[in-house]
Amino acid sequence: MREISYAAAIGEALREEMARDESVFVIGEDIGPVRQAEDLFAAFRERRVWQTPISEAGFTGLAAGAAASGLRPVVEIMYCDFVGVAMDQICNQAAKMHLMSGGQVKVPMVIKTPAGCGTREGGHHSGSLEAWFIHSPGIKVVMPATAYDAKGLLKSAIRDDGLVLFIQHRLLHPLTQQVPEGEWIVPLGKADVKRRGQEITVVSYSYALTKVLAAAEELAGSIDVEVVDPRTLTPLDVETILESVAKTGRLLVVHEAPAQGGAGAEIVRQVVERGFDLLKAPPRVLGGKHVPMPYSPPLEDACIPQVADIIRTIREMVG
Amino acid sequence: MLEKETLIRLLRTMYRIRFFEERLKKHYDYRAYFERPASGARDTGDLIGADGYDFASHGLIGGAVHLSIGQEAVSAGIGAHLGPRDAAFSSHRSHGHALAKGADVKAAFAELMGRKTGLSRGYGGSMHLFDPANGFLGGNGIIGGQIPLALGPAFAAKYRGEPHVSVVFFGDGGANQGTLLESLNLAALWKLPVLFVCENNLWANQTPVALSLPVEDVAPRAAAFGIPGEIVDGQDVLAVYHLAGEAVSRARSGGGPTFIEAKTFRFEGHCGVSRGHENPEQCAEWRKRDPILLFEQRLASEGTVTPEEQRAIRTAVLAEIDEAEAFATSSPFPDPEELSAFL
Repeated sequence: MREISYAAAIGEALREEMARDESVFVIGEDIGPVRQAEDLFAAFRERRVWQTPISEAGFTGLAAGAAASGLRPVVEIMYCDFVGVAMDQICNQAAKMHLMSGGQVKVPMVIKTPAGCGTREGGHHSGSLEAWFIHSPGIKVVMPATAYDAKGLLKSAIRDDGLVLFIQHRLLHPLTQQVPEGEWIVPLGKADVKRRGQEITVVSYSYALTKVLAAAEELAGSIDVEVVDPRTLTPLDVETILESVAKTGRLLVVHEAPAQGGAGAEIVRQVVERGFDLLKAPPRVLGGKHVPMPYSPPLEDACIPQVADIIRTIREMVG
Repeated sequence: MLEKETLIRLLRTMYRIRFFEERLKKHYDYRAYFERPASGARDTGDLIGADGYDFASHGLIGGAVHLSIGQEAVSAGIGAHLGPRDAAFSSHRSHGHALAKGADVKAAFAELMGRKTGLSRGYGGSMHLFDPANGFLGGNGIIGGQIPLALGPAFAAKYRGEPHVSVVFFGDGGANQGTLLESLNLAALWKLPVLFVCENNLWANQTPVALSLPVEDVAPRAAAFGIPGEIVDGQDVLAVYHLAGEAVSRARSGGGPTFIEAKTFRFEGHCGVSRGHENPEQCAEWRKRDPILLFEQRLASEGTVTPEEQRAIRTAVLAEIDEAEAFATSSPFPDPEELSAFL
């Protein structure tokens, strides 16, 4: 075992997949010789690392067309908020080509983007936009919370034959974890129970998961919390969540994105439709406030669930 | 002087597109969607909401069908230079481009009728014909959406060191989307083997160019990116053919992209056939320059393909269309169970 950061794990996955498969290339802004993103340029040079002009719609569409021609692009969108200008290329073009061609055209492509708040960057650099994509058919959505999952899931995403949105949280980048040497794969669509418990199931992903684990630790001895990380929102491993709810009888979903119309609402829908009788209490979602992200630290902090909010909500539900 | 074989190929392609689209009219009932039906339903919402589109009573082709009658010379002149490993992308008005790229007429007809045997197996429809075996990577329902996509196969060809090119067709409408600017810049920057083909038919849906372009021509925009921008008479198939030949050769030999603006006109309304062209007088003027008639007259006067030979080609193409129509009409619909493959 060794200790590496979440960001380093992502870099390892990229370098290993590029070495493994000549058809994998990376395309996006500022990834080349100046910034040396993920140490890719030194190893793979101009032929595999394409630093672009600031044209997200243009290079995302280019990548989709290249994927339709058999290459495996990894598109870097510098901030998740910037997907707005490329939404047609993502949701109307890349996501639909497989079905609209009657299954003849495959678009094996990863869009990799840092998201989330906490870095005090205001309304255009703080978005948690996964709900936009879980609503859109034809896209898989991956949101790892640990270095181990980030590496294994990115490798699966690159090898997948469809369009995968890989959303990494910026605050997770420096966090380190003990991981094995060498290669591993984490399959898409497989949840992971991050903490075993008996009294309440808390589903969370990405950076919010670290807060949930901290809350569970603080509650240890008074309330026994089980924490499930779906890791991918599409496809969603609802079976693992239902198994947990069957044991605990209580469900709370925690994420940074606004609760309204969000992933938590969708997870609750799926659990209620299939496991209503398992629930001893109404399921709840603790999400972000329904406002564009403000800048000032106290405002930003007030917009997303904090550890104290999670503890309070769990106490209300189990108390 | 072109070989007779090439002249015949161009003529045959233009006939194929024209006769295919003319035959579609017979099966397409635009009014079933947009006008109050006589069946007793209160409005079209009731009609569609209650029963879906009823192919049996309202025609066999549903949805939106954008005809390219009048613009065939552009598809034929450019398509003649492309092989199956070259890519082409199109807009909502894509039938001609697909056929000129080599798509099977039977499968194209079947797709319009929503059949399992269709080019896109019934999943695409008029605006989403796909024929990857022939390099046709789709029409597009989003104006200008196809332009960045077309960079992809050109990029892939460069990445692999292969001599293939990629062509993207769009209209004067698509030229006003920001995707064109981004794509011209990327294509020029990376010297991608792309042909940007703007079919300027003077109308973007119901909007004439006078209300959408501050200048007459689109092609000069290419110069701002260091891309050769050429204007060609889109009713003259040989002019299009020669210009496209130069552009394709330049692209194949590493010379980068070319922008071609073809001045042309559609002889039908934006969508479907019932309403006719938005400007009937302008249309009547343009019909005098029907690209097929112009080419037939030229071939006859030069004595390269005689009127008798032309008639024989027409007869053969009409037989193809008859066969395609029968094939499509008798083909099965796709099974909704198949949808699970995409979930």
